[in-house]
Amino acid sequence: MGRMAFEEPILAVESVGKEFFGNKVLSDVSFTLGKGEILGLVGENGAGKSTLMNILFGMPLISSTGGYDGRVVYDGKEARFQSPFDAIDAGVGMVHQEFSLLPGFTVTENIMLNREPTKYNPLVEIFGDRMRTLDRQAMRQRADTAIDAIGFAVDPETLASEMPVGHKQFTEIAREVDRKNTKLLILDEPTAVLAESEAETLVRALRNLSARGISMIFISHRLQEIIDLCDKIVVLRDGRVAQETRPSETDVFKIASAMVGRSVSAASTRVRDAAETEVVLDVENLWVDMPGETVRNVTFSVRRGEIFGIGGLAGQGKLGIANGIMGLFTAGGNVRVRGERLRLNAPAVSLSRDMAFVSEDRRGVGLLLDEAIDWNIAFTAMQVQDKFVRRMLGGLVKWRDDEAMRDAAMEYIKLLEIRCTSHKQRAVELSGGNQQKVCLAKAFVVNPKLLFVSEPTRGIDIGAKRLVLDILKKVNEEQGTTIIVTSSELEELRSICDRIAIVDNGVISGIRPAAAPAEEFGLLMTGDVSVTGPTEGRDI
Amino acid sequence: MGGYIKRFIENAGWPRIIIGMFLISLYIAAPFVNVRVLSSLSDTLVRVGMNGVLVLAMVPMVQSGCGLNFGLPLGIIAGLLGATTSLQFETRGFQGFGFAMLVAIPTAAVLGFIYAQILNRVKGEEMMIATYVGFSSVAVTCMAWLLLPFDSPVMIWAYGGSGLRTTISTEGFWRHVLSDFLAFGEEGGTFYFPTGMFIFFFVMIFLMWAFFRTKTGTAITAVGSNPDFARASGINVNRMRTISVMLSTVLGALGILVYEQSFGFIQLYMGPFYMAFPAVAAILLGGASVNKATMVNVIAGTFLFQGILTMTPSVINSLLQSDMSEVIRIIVSNGMILYALTRKTQVKR
Repeated sequence: MGRMAFEEPILAVESVGKEFFGNKVLSDVSFTLGKGEILGLVGENGAGKSTLMNILFGMPLISSTGGYDGRVVYDGKEARFQSPFDAIDAGVGMVHQEFSLLPGFTVTENIMLNREPTKYNPLVEIFGDRMRTLDRQAMRQRADTAIDAIGFAVDPETLASEMPVGHKQFTEIAREVDRKNTKLLILDEPTAVLAESEAETLVRALRNLSARGISMIFISHRLQEIIDLCDKIVVLRDGRVAQETRPSETDVFKIASAMVGRSVSAASTRVRDAAETEVVLDVENLWVDMPGETVRNVTFSVRRGEIFGIGGLAGQGKLGIANGIMGLFTAGGNVRVRGERLRLNAPAVSLSRDMAFVSEDRRGVGLLLDEAIDWNIAFTAMQVQDKFVRRMLGGLVKWRDDEAMRDAAMEYIKLLEIRCTSHKQRAVELSGGNQQKVCLAKAFVVNPKLLFVSEPTRGIDIGAKRLVLDILKKVNEEQGTTIIVTSSELEELRSICDRIAIVDNGVISGIRPAAAPAEEFGLLMTGDVSVTGPTEGRDI
Repeated sequence: MGGYIKRFIENAGWPRIIIGMFLISLYIAAPFVNVRVLSSLSDTLVRVGMNGVLVLAMVPMVQSGCGLNFGLPLGIIAGLLGATTSLQFETRGFQGFGFAMLVAIPTAAVLGFIYAQILNRVKGEEMMIATYVGFSSVAVTCMAWLLLPFDSPVMIWAYGGSGLRTTISTEGFWRHVLSDFLAFGEEGGTFYFPTGMFIFFFVMIFLMWAFFRTKTGTAITAVGSNPDFARASGINVNRMRTISVMLSTVLGALGILVYEQSFGFIQLYMGPFYMAFPAVAAILLGGASVNKATMVNVIAGTFLFQGILTMTPSVINSLLQSDMSEVIRIIVSNGMILYALTRKTQVKR
């Protein structure tokens, strides 16, 4: 692809690091970006992409949490943007994943928003510049120019609310292009919402822009697109640059493996004859209407004693599966538990079938934040199984048994090493890790045969992570509990699961044994199924 | 000692301490302006007994996350219906009072059920809707009082010969049946303690406390604390809320009966219109929040609020030589509601 030479870099990131409350999310990230160059940035969720972009765009979140280490050299000078306005003034544009268009405004108005060319009128003398009127003709001209520049045909007079998502994306980009001084454009997954043909148009438009000397950082999960479009590819993993390469030197497979890491040592060494045991959970054509995590059509089965992992990128629907089976979101399809069909959309029914759920939304669904630990642990068991209940007046009154609740709470506080002042401490006062242990205790206390655990280690520190995973393993081994773990962290799944299903776009793109090579999972996640051949589906 | 005081302040909260101090200073000032302390105390206690159950009626709805029961007039209407019916059938004494309760409770339960269905459709806006449910139910029953086929001469308008009067005396029926039961002293004397009314109040408190220690009561508390958690634990959230609203309404009905037997009059028409506000103010003054209330909140709040109400007219008016009591009552009750509602940590959902 004959491009101009990139002599002096427009952007140089030099050993940038960032900590959030002692939690290192970026360390020693360095790369350079030349004029007119397109850099593809890839990485799993949580690899540090967003943090890096926030640093480059001067988001207040960064300075309010103590700034960052290292240097960012932009246009020959060290840049420390205090706010996005600084960044915009300096010529950095950002196209967000969520659209920031005014729905009732036309394309032209949206592109020109807050930069409208204006006309003088006598009222200005009295009331000042606020009374200047819009120069609609000039606006229209500039909007046309910007739209032409990205080479996409969109009617400048269409209302934003009436446009398909693809056109909205182009309007956003046109807005950035209209800024005269834009030198660097950051695009956060611009193609995620686009259909394939639209994505191609966008890629073409971006090439146009790069030919005009605008540099770009392009974030995407679609690896083929990255290879097709970019001049340079940076792979982030766990806050570090895992790989920096050129498209000619790599392929989808190599990028995927750099993304998820090659540490096969972490993978499960569990060898079990799961095939010998009977199927306890059989899910067929399940759909779940969970906002942001829609499950479209999922089919899998889990055998007794298995630890089954569900992975995938955020927003693809992996979290919806457990929520749907447990009745928390509207769901449909055919779910059989130990051979018997499960009535969906009724949490009480799911619970009464010896299933328990540790929700990913710990503070929203998982805990009674304002109540004490013992309430949190005992409540579900009390309501579903009449545990911790003393019958009085011939069974007429079901009296809460506070002593039994205390004993159970004490037992789990000891067993799971929950750090607290007493069993009467309120859940809101506990740290994330200890809250998660309370959630687990709540699930264990009902003695589930089938346990769903979603994002068990999200937002908790390393030590607690290890402990939580060990507990799950132990419960599985000692009590034979079948566990279905949903997690965004592939390594975590590989370290405890027997098999892992990867969910992409609401369907399972493949099920692999945990020991399968990491890059295979990476490819399944990014939807490049074709590269790995047909999925094995439900066989074990 | 310092630590103890600090803890006490933390537990009691500044509003309660300030109002408490104000109340104590009123009692201290009383003898100097020729107000008899003992009879003031009696007045306070009588009013606590009269209003206690109405304040208690706040608890179930607060606990289930339905917020403060601004729709209390609905329960009160059921109580009024019980009261008028018992007078119509000329039942007297304890039987009369019991008969009034017998009519009031099922009526309140039915009204409460309908009220709950409305509240379950407006989650997050319960208090606003409840206020208007209360107001509009009062307006609707204004017509009912005129049209219902009551014909007891003690209750209907003397002229015209139909429709209930605005104020009906319970004298000769069941005035003071609870208040005078095992009472100390006599009303109007130096000291009077309405034992029966307090027995009734504390029995209700005990039943409520016990209810919240049962499985159902625990579920209701959890619904108020985090409805999503409760749902994930298999609880039918709407059902629990319905139970709590019905309980609140029934207590409102019982509360007004207790109030009337002590007061001696049944007040119809616009009588119940503003009845919710003193009860709301009292429980907030007692330290309840919009989604947590305890029996201690009920007792302390009723005492503080009614204490202020009885003491300010006598003491402040003697001091200032002018009638400030109504102004102070309004400032305290509405100010307290305002304070609590602005501080509320939005009922979680």
